[in-house]
Amino acid sequence: MELRPDEKIDIEALLEDIESYRPKRKGWTWRKPVDQLNLEDFTYYNMSEGLENSIPLPAARSFKGIDPQPEPVITTEIASGRFEDDIRRMRMAAWHGADHLMVIRTAGQSHFDGLIEGTPEGVGGIPITRKQLRVTRRALDLIEEEVGRPLNFHSYVSGVAGPEIAVLFAEEGVNGAHQDPQYNVLYRNVNMFRSFVDAAVAKKVMASVDMLQIDGAHNANATARKAWNVMPELFVQHAINSQFSMKAGMPKELIALSTVPPAAAPAPDLRLNMPYAVALRELFDGFKFRAQQNTKYMESSIREATVTHTLNLLISALTSADIQSTITPDEGRNVPWHYNNIMAVDTAKQTFAALDGIKKILNLEEKEESRLREDARELKERAVLFMEEILEVGGYFEAVSQGFFVDSGRYPGRNDDGIARDKDGGVSADSIIPRDDDYMAPVCNHYGYNNLPDGVDKGCDLIDGCSLEHPEMIDFIDELDPEDNVNNRLEETREFRKGSKLKPEVEWAADGWVNITMFLPAEETVAEVAALEIAKKMGLENAEVIHREVMHPAEGTLIEVKGKVDFAVDVDNLEIPEKEELLPDDEIEKYVKENQLKIVAATVGEDEHSVGLREIIDIKHGGIEKYGFKVTYLGTSVPINKVVDAAVETNADVIMISTIITHNDVHRQNMQKLHDLCIERGLRDDVILIGGGTQVTDDIACESGMDAGFGRGTHGDDVASFIVKKLKGEIEDACENIEE
Amino acid sequence: MSPERKDDFQKRREHLADLSDQELKERFWDLADQIVDPLADLAKTHTSPSIERSVLIRMGFNSLDAKAIVKKIHEADLLGKGAGHVLLKLSEKEGMEIKDAGMAIKDGKYSDKELADLFSGGVA
Repeated sequence: MELRPDEKIDIEALLEDIESYRPKRKGWTWRKPVDQLNLEDFTYYNMSEGLENSIPLPAARSFKGIDPQPEPVITTEIASGRFEDDIRRMRMAAWHGADHLMVIRTAGQSHFDGLIEGTPEGVGGIPITRKQLRVTRRALDLIEEEVGRPLNFHSYVSGVAGPEIAVLFAEEGVNGAHQDPQYNVLYRNVNMFRSFVDAAVAKKVMASVDMLQIDGAHNANATARKAWNVMPELFVQHAINSQFSMKAGMPKELIALSTVPPAAAPAPDLRLNMPYAVALRELFDGFKFRAQQNTKYMESSIREATVTHTLNLLISALTSADIQSTITPDEGRNVPWHYNNIMAVDTAKQTFAALDGIKKILNLEEKEESRLREDARELKERAVLFMEEILEVGGYFEAVSQGFFVDSGRYPGRNDDGIARDKDGGVSADSIIPRDDDYMAPVCNHYGYNNLPDGVDKGCDLIDGCSLEHPEMIDFIDELDPEDNVNNRLEETREFRKGSKLKPEVEWAADGWVNITMFLPAEETVAEVAALEIAKKMGLENAEVIHREVMHPAEGTLIEVKGKVDFAVDVDNLEIPEKEELLPDDEIEKYVKENQLKIVAATVGEDEHSVGLREIIDIKHGGIEKYGFKVTYLGTSVPINKVVDAAVETNADVIMISTIITHNDVHRQNMQKLHDLCIERGLRDDVILIGGGTQVTDDIACESGMDAGFGRGTHGDDVASFIVKKLKGEIEDACENIEE
Repeated sequence: MSPERKDDFQKRREHLADLSDQELKERFWDLADQIVDPLADLAKTHTSPSIERSVLIRMGFNSLDAKAIVKKIHEADLLGKGAGHVLLKLSEKEGMEIKDAGMAIKDGKYSDKELADLFSGGVA
């Protein structure tokens, strides 16, 4: 099976023979930095090797399509609830530059005492199962070949089935995972003893296949009421998990600290966050840093979320990030939609490109007595004091039971609002068992006491190897639920995926969701109700306001509404125009200069509009002047005969006229008149005639004797490419398909 | 839980004031080690149903069978021996494949006492 850029990934084919599929490789992969990357006119200092197939930023259009790939691994998090749809989103994200594909688990899986099998649908994430992992890994193995860069697959080794999940991940080629027993204790209320005992085994198994670990400290600032106050505690949480991981056999380079800038604007964002970021990197030198966006203060504004993301990326660029996480800007309004994953990945890519080499012009470390250094030192001291008090009260478990953690006071200040857990309470309380003197586990990479017989130093030698070495030992379960499984879901959407039916979608195949943005000149509550009524009249079902922003208390409100369309269009019944392939910029430029092409342009008739035509011409707007055309612009309301006179005078190769649509067909008459006059003056064969205007189409123009017509959305390069192709004889007769 | 307290950082930090940045960092990691040591010891000396299921999965059992087998062994109060160990002992005693030993335990073919007796004769 191989992917082709012009074909959708075949989900059904991915499911075939899945019981015998083995992951192509195991372990985490970093990008390969390039010392100095030269791309067209630029030299980059913080970029990695490029991709074979990718989609560059929109503005790359003006930079010969370059797509520099930053050094940090870029994460996208997916939570749709159906892995078969996640896979398609992963492919899109990989094409935009994501190489760390993280799947969120379905609600409640961390309290599930055991593994889930089959492919049931999830809520706010997917049930992580062997089949789901294997099919996804198989897809990623194909996608990474398509884009030309290894893809890291990631999920969560937390909850009360951590060791089993770690083994499952190790077997199925999952490359990274969140693992932090403190997360279980504080946020999932899993019993603290169980959590740490399980974690050690899970970590040892993860390390055995070079799986990267991300900790859970960032959840403290997502939870505490005043996140910027918990900075000292974040250091403590990172330290506890990192040190514990190393004791369980994980090397530093597989331990990534999940760090989030704790504050966000309107707080003085950078001044608060930079000392924290600097102190963290100094204390944890040698570990990896996974920088994530602040989501604590995220509302439903896509714009605001994107600015926060960009500012957080600035901190990553000024300090360091081995992994840059991206949070979809719509997380504050819905379970993230396909294209918002891609938007977030592009935000990271765009910002890192913009900030390339920033450390070469800024130096943060020079001044010994700077405010930054003072603040960083203070944070470290506060963290040290925090740990001293943990030991004073009798250790970690006692500290947790006294509510030391996630208190919103600035330590040593205390606000009496920390999360306190009972040592004997929580999910799976009283479930750890002392290992007897003759305890034995006949497997390898098992943490802790293991009374192997004399002469045996690898536990799994006792059973002739375990599943981590011999994948054929894995006993694959396909489906357990005859109703809730991927096969049934795929059947329901087949006509949309493989047939000619087309429906909008944002999470699942053919879900029908669309987003409508409107401004209503009314106050907020009125606007909201009115917006829903408008959506209803537009035929949208399940309409819901997902964003509101007051522009003025009385003058108006911006509203965004989502709703579902209940119809599909049949692609077979659509007339799809053939896509015009544009010539490359340098080829146009070369031809224009060699042939010294000249153009006469004017807005004709009784028309004072000049904007459209000027955008096509002006070099300032990316118009055709940039290719070296010599343009004579005659202005507005120019009579047709003056246009032709000017063409004769200047010996023009092209005449361009712009005209608005009028009720009495003046636009057609003007174009026809230009054509006729050129014939009359004997120059029609030597000149290309182009008609343009917001309502002009190629068909209307051709019917009126033009060689081509250009309407709304036209750019200078469309016109320039047409002219050069026409002159080169690559277009025989642009209007040939129009019947006279 | 942890009573309200004013930020008395200036008072508390006195003993840290004279430490160099490097000394402060060393202190930070030394404290981390002291906090974590007992946690690692706890993990070394204990097991859990999930850990034992993870052992059986590595031995080639699927998750459903692993869960059922560990439950039986837990009921027989033998998880402290290691679930894989119980299977190994049984397969040696009965001369059967490990997989068959596991399925026999799952199916309740051995009483708690019969399983416990596997360990009365010393280490495998």
